[in-house]
Amino acid sequence: MLSQLRDASDSHRSLTIVVAMAITTILMYVLPGLPPLSVVQGSNIWYDSFANAGVFVLLAMGLNVVIGMAGLLDLGYAAFFAIGAYAYAYSNSPFSHTDLPFIPMLFVGAAVAGIFGILLGAPTLRLRGDYLAIMTLGFGEIVPIVFLNLDRFTQGTNGIGGIYRPEPLPVLGAFSPSTPFNYFIVMVVIVTVTMILLYRLQDSRIGRAWNAIREDELAAAANGINTVTTKLLAFSLGATTSGLAGVFNASKLTIVSPDQFLFTVSFTVLAMVILGGMGNIWGVAVGAFVVYNIQVVFLKSINGIIETLGIPAFDLGPVHVNLAKVPFSDYQYLLYGVALVLMMLLRPEGLFPNQRRRQELHIAEEFDEGEQGEITGAMGAAPGAAGDAGGTL
Amino acid sequence: MSLLEASRVTKRFGGLVAVNNVDFTIPEKSIVSLIGPNGAGKTTFFNIIAGIYDPTAGEIDFHGRRVIARPKRAWLEPILWVLPALLVAILTIGFGVEGRSDGSIILGLALTVLALMVVLLIGVARPPKYQRFLVRLGIFKSARPNDMVVTGLGRTFQNIRLFQNMTAMENVLVGMHTKLGSTWIDAILSTPRDRREEAAARVKARELLALVGLKGRDDQLAKNLPYGDQRRLEVARALGSEPVLLLLDEPTAGMNPRETQQLTSLISRLRSELGLTILLIEHDMRVVMGISDRVTVLDHGEKIAEGTPDEVRRNPKVIEAYLGTPPAEAPETETPATAVAGTTGPVVEGSES
Repeated sequence: MLSQLRDASDSHRSLTIVVAMAITTILMYVLPGLPPLSVVQGSNIWYDSFANAGVFVLLAMGLNVVIGMAGLLDLGYAAFFAIGAYAYAYSNSPFSHTDLPFIPMLFVGAAVAGIFGILLGAPTLRLRGDYLAIMTLGFGEIVPIVFLNLDRFTQGTNGIGGIYRPEPLPVLGAFSPSTPFNYFIVMVVIVTVTMILLYRLQDSRIGRAWNAIREDELAAAANGINTVTTKLLAFSLGATTSGLAGVFNASKLTIVSPDQFLFTVSFTVLAMVILGGMGNIWGVAVGAFVVYNIQVVFLKSINGIIETLGIPAFDLGPVHVNLAKVPFSDYQYLLYGVALVLMMLLRPEGLFPNQRRRQELHIAEEFDEGEQGEITGAMGAAPGAAGDAGGTL
Repeated sequence: MSLLEASRVTKRFGGLVAVNNVDFTIPEKSIVSLIGPNGAGKTTFFNIIAGIYDPTAGEIDFHGRRVIARPKRAWLEPILWVLPALLVAILTIGFGVEGRSDGSIILGLALTVLALMVVLLIGVARPPKYQRFLVRLGIFKSARPNDMVVTGLGRTFQNIRLFQNMTAMENVLVGMHTKLGSTWIDAILSTPRDRREEAAARVKARELLALVGLKGRDDQLAKNLPYGDQRRLEVARALGSEPVLLLLDEPTAGMNPRETQQLTSLISRLRSELGLTILLIEHDMRVVMGISDRVTVLDHGEKIAEGTPDEVRRNPKVIEAYLGTPPAEAPETETPATAVAGTTGPVVEGSES
């Protein structure tokens, strides 16, 4: 039964994604009104945080193309997020005296970020591993600093504020800060479409080429893959997804400023990709969603929850512990660090691993188990074993 | 007619001369072997042909067209990349100065950036038209490995370099990369063309796997295949690009006699059935002498002999290279290896780098 279901979902992947996202959306619509979630915050605030989480889901899925599929370590991913956001701010704010429609601007912002992805990638993608990481890290630092110092065009630290709300949607009505439901629905649609497209790419000739480059770049080139353009495509498609998220985020917050795009964003998204399971599209999406909600919703409301549960303050030896007063949200990055270390120790392949990655990371264990059997086997079949040994040199 | 012609190819790594002034031709539809002791420069020569190293001197013609040689005026190319963007920038500034509005400055910047992007993209992708344009300007750049595959060269590696965590089928599909035309846009739109091509590619890949004797192993991960099968899978992957010339770097290294025999017959079938030309590096003399039309011997980077297997077997220089000079002349020579060139094998070699 389960395997039949799996086969069906493999052969009708796009449909599966639509159905799965529809079910998830219904759950996300219904659950905030019911006890465990409704205690924490109101339904509208939940929709708002779901929409915000969607921004990070998009970012994580985009970074997954770069890191998980093509194997390029990108530490400056927030730069493209910033470029997408500023592109929208220019097209839709009192500062630039323009008011362009939201939906087309999603594509334009994404395209602009993609162009910058190509511009950064073309000269640098000959670099490998650590060198590329440092390059992208530099770019990620440069972009916010440029936006900060170019104050004639960007208003520096103040950022560009008062970005207009998108025009009303046909059925759902106007976008407004008090009813974040529109943003939530738009986000669900964007994430669904992006996910379908990414899955198609992954299963295509291009996806295979990315995989091959990640496995062995020289062998990939010797099989006719133009490694530079293929890597460039991964890099700029990642940037495009990031730009899309940037446009959405700018429109939702109605302000862009350089401090929204610091290294912590790149780092957070990278952590989401690793926690979710690098290389697995839906795993990364779920990882980003969970991490965002823990970070922003759970940590903030943990004190409130303790109060409602009525856990009293107690003395632990000489220390007086009052859990309700501990500022958990200040310890965000501490908890992050602990979670990452634990993950690396216990489940290095992430929560929802890509099958391949899992095998790569557990190869040592398999080897340990397999070795015992092989030694006894080798005794019985000396010529073959000797041949193997010669070959593995 | 010769398919590949290398003349006076030299490659130096710092002070080490790995390949020295080697002339080499591969006639069409022949099996040519390259032999020599360890460190003789065989694999280096191979890598030059495959486009991985640029030669220090000399040139290689493939299909009568110059594909590999020392780069000429390559420093001009980056200048060529910046030039158009610079031109656009100057033009937009020229027009923008009169208006002096922020809008025109931003537009000028955007146009410059776009021009830079287009040129960079072309420069990085190096389409044939661009390469011809470069040649007309007097700039020559050696073909890269992927260019060589497009012109019809397939290769395997001495130390197997399969995509370990991909299935046998996927490995062959990667090999067919250049023969599939669907772009990323086809892929995300899932166009009928893309789906048709993908289905046909799978059929073809299955045929190739059956050809090398890996029928029914499509879904196994490459790293889980037995050693001999991995070698065969590498051949299947190289065949995916429908090459004219197939370079095999020690295809039977580490195989047992039965596997070696199977692979030898596969190689001769590749020529008779698919009409391939094959260049072989091999240490197992039974394989070399059995199937080669011509044998070339390298030692210390230099070609010391060339000819039919029989001629090479009797060549005193070759015997000397493999066994050292007779004890009467050089008493301190090391103990001869068990293998006498041309009579017994295999001489198993470790890694040569």
